[in-house]
Amino acid sequence: MPRSYLEIENLKVEYFSSKETVHAVNGVNLRMHKGKTLGLVGETGAGKTTIAKSILRILPDVGSRIVEGSIYVEGNDLLKLKEADMRKIRGNDISMIFQDPMTALNPVQRVGEQISEAVKLHSDMTKEQCDARAKEMLKMVGITEDRFSEYPHQFSGGMKQRIVIAIALACNPKILLADEPTTALDVTIQAQVLDLVAELQKKFNTSMLLITHDLGVVAQVCDEVAIIYAGQIVEYGTKEQIFHHPSHPYTIGLFGAIPDMAGDDEWLHPIEGLPPDPTKPIVGCPFAPRCKFASEKCFKETPPTLKTPDGHESTCHNMDLVVKEGK
Amino acid sequence: MLRYFLKRLLWMIPIILAVAIVVFTLMTFCPGDPAEIILGSEATDDALQAKRDELGLSDPYFVRLGRYLSDTFIHFNLGVAWKTGIPIGQSIAERLPRTMLLSGITLLLSFGIGVPLGVIAAVNQNKWQDSLCMVLALVGVSMPNFWLALLLVILFAVKLQWLPALGIGGVKYYILPAISSSSMHIASAARQSRSSMLDVIRSDYITTARAKGVPEKQVITKHALKNALIPIITMMGTQFGKMLGGAMIIETIFSIPGMGTLIITSVNNRDYPVVQTGTIFLAIVFSFSMLLVDMLYALVDPRIKAQYQRKAKMGRVK
Amino acid sequence: MAKKVKKGQSEFSRFLYQLSKNKMAMIGLAIIVLEIIVAIIAPWIAPYGYQEIDTTALRQAPSAAHWFGTDEIGRDIFSRVLIGTRYSLSMGILATLISAAIGIVIGAIAGFAGGWADNIIMRFLDVIQSLPGMLLVIVMSAVLGSGYFNTILALSVGSIPASARMLRANMLRQRKAEYIEAAYSINCSAPRIIFRHLVPNSISANIVQMTMGVSHVIVQAASLSFIGLGIQPPIPDWGAMLSGARAFIRKSPHMVIFPGLAIAVTVLAVNMLGDGVRDAMDPKLKK
Repeated sequence: MPRSYLEIENLKVEYFSSKETVHAVNGVNLRMHKGKTLGLVGETGAGKTTIAKSILRILPDVGSRIVEGSIYVEGNDLLKLKEADMRKIRGNDISMIFQDPMTALNPVQRVGEQISEAVKLHSDMTKEQCDARAKEMLKMVGITEDRFSEYPHQFSGGMKQRIVIAIALACNPKILLADEPTTALDVTIQAQVLDLVAELQKKFNTSMLLITHDLGVVAQVCDEVAIIYAGQIVEYGTKEQIFHHPSHPYTIGLFGAIPDMAGDDEWLHPIEGLPPDPTKPIVGCPFAPRCKFASEKCFKETPPTLKTPDGHESTCHNMDLVVKEGK
Repeated sequence: MLRYFLKRLLWMIPIILAVAIVVFTLMTFCPGDPAEIILGSEATDDALQAKRDELGLSDPYFVRLGRYLSDTFIHFNLGVAWKTGIPIGQSIAERLPRTMLLSGITLLLSFGIGVPLGVIAAVNQNKWQDSLCMVLALVGVSMPNFWLALLLVILFAVKLQWLPALGIGGVKYYILPAISSSSMHIASAARQSRSSMLDVIRSDYITTARAKGVPEKQVITKHALKNALIPIITMMGTQFGKMLGGAMIIETIFSIPGMGTLIITSVNNRDYPVVQTGTIFLAIVFSFSMLLVDMLYALVDPRIKAQYQRKAKMGRVK
Repeated sequence: MAKKVKKGQSEFSRFLYQLSKNKMAMIGLAIIVLEIIVAIIAPWIAPYGYQEIDTTALRQAPSAAHWFGTDEIGRDIFSRVLIGTRYSLSMGILATLISAAIGIVIGAIAGFAGGWADNIIMRFLDVIQSLPGMLLVIVMSAVLGSGYFNTILALSVGSIPASARMLRANMLRQRKAEYIEAAYSINCSAPRIIFRHLVPNSISANIVQMTMGVSHVIVQAASLSFIGLGIQPPIPDWGAMLSGARAFIRKSPHMVIFPGLAIAVTVLAVNMLGDGVRDAMDPKLKK
């Protein structure tokens, strides 16, 4: 079967210190299609940012390690590339938008230059041409050109995030990794930024990996969804499939936890328990301790990835039971 | 920005006046009778009394204070030393440049050697370069400068006879003084630089730079270093006082005729006018250098520059 | 990923635990404790009295009879270094404590009162800080005279502004914090707010500053006696011993080495402990 545009195969990533090892990503398989948006949904600490940073290979030098796995983009394994080749890809073919706009920009460098720097690194254009392109990008994200020479501290949070987007899109990347781009912003600004990103994505036909913990954002922007728990993908399908027929106990729990504004509930319905300790290796299914469908097998054997009745994927031993009883 | 600078300069004036008043007042509490110090212990009582009248010592405090202030700041008449009779202004004019030179060399060396050492340690965190630099820095910071000076003299001047132990003249006379004066500050700068760099390297905007595809060397020199410099300059600013003070002690070891030897000898001789006026001049020079450091921040950090401009507009300065 | 906090573990015990894991800091602490013990029992363990003169053994190099050799008057340097421990360490600690105490009070008043009181205090601190540290110490020493307690006072003046500003800055930051608003809203009185909430939360930076300050003061004290002020002979202050040794640097270098080594080791130990204190106080550990 030909590989998808972006395909991650059995990725395992660890963070380590002299005292302990954190197993952040434990065998992730992910597929993303050209021109589409894949939402990667999970709670804090599930490994989402680690996956994004692994794609770009910008994990910290000290204390992190990609243990095994492959990341294929258009058939080429990025993890096998030399650093010099990887650098040509960063910011150019694959870009990233970060979570906290307040700290993502260099405080002592003018914003225009931060954008044109990205352009200069990946093209042969002259400084003037790069600056011109930077000004174009500023306009595209809704910031007036004459703010080119200003510093980050002169902008609000929402505008800073737009600048981050401008930097990421300056070289027309094929893949955009957006790590919770709206989490740090107010709700009203959130909507604006999401619209902007969606608009630019359609315009340039960029494929996007949108990392978020907010199902509302997923509903608004994504085509496909992957649910991640404790460093593993537990369910994957199109947005419609996941929203209408969630088939993994965790996904069902997530949807169940959303407060129902129309209903009569007195209490919220959180998922009982806590995520597993990432410093201890996982045996069997990571969700088993919290799962009401768990059987003995779940605590011992790694669950298989099976096809659900409507054609998407769920990683669960008892999928049939869950689908039947569900909700 | 210019407005802020001028405001700060104007603000210096009352502070210096206050320093002069405080120092003058403190000096009046110093033990010893000025007349006796000048004329010696064999002078007759009449001669002593005459001298006291001549110096105006029987006048009330405020009169003497006023006279001193107007002499010093309005007429620029700085008086003569009690013991040697040398005009104080002349002494200061000759000696201040030497002390500033030694302090300046210390500042340059600590910046020029200390910062790169710290950066190398930070970039190679936990590897041998880091451990080596930090051990050296810890030892360097712990050695008293005057002891180091004496050890260097034993090694280079006495045993090896490569360098002179005393005096001034050409470059070689300044080598041992410069090393002893700056070792502690080089070490301090290295430690601070390492710390700042480590903080900065962990920042989000460094990850952004890497994600853009900036080559690692540029990430360090262009993005990280400029940000790390801010706390380093802060530290240099606070250290400059110690550099000046240290230079003064080092002068006494190498018999360099600077402000250090002037003031210390004068304290030991109870030659208080020299101490008084010398101290005030050093305070002026020091305040000025602190102002320059503050201006330097604004050049490096645009947020500070904006802050200064806001303050100047609001009429506040501190 | 939170570290498991034991039940009832306070901020202070976490800090102590963190500090105890730091090898360098513990070595530094051990050296300091050793020196304190030496300082206390010195007169009893020293082989000779600090004023004991042997005119037949002038400026002798280290030997079995005199481990560190003898000085220009024939006194045993080892004994003098041991007894000198009493002065350097105690002056450093006392001067730092005094300046920290005064600085914290002044800083708290300035930070809490604000307005013209704050302004006056800040200007006053500006005046003190216009003089480079060592110069101020020299001038204060000239005014106060020589001697143990006078020197401690002279040494403490210079460190007051840094202490005061640090506390004031932290206090200003804490004042705006929500927990202070909360305290006001449940009718906490002003002094209670200052002493039970504001000061304890603002003080951690001061503690780091104090630890580093001790080493600086020890060097200043030694410098002072080196130039002839501060502690006077025949008291075996290490700086004073170096001062006497200077004249004989060509023929008897051993006189210079040992007292200076004592200062360096003491300062090194304090710095090692100080580094550990700073790292243990820092919530984000730099591994």
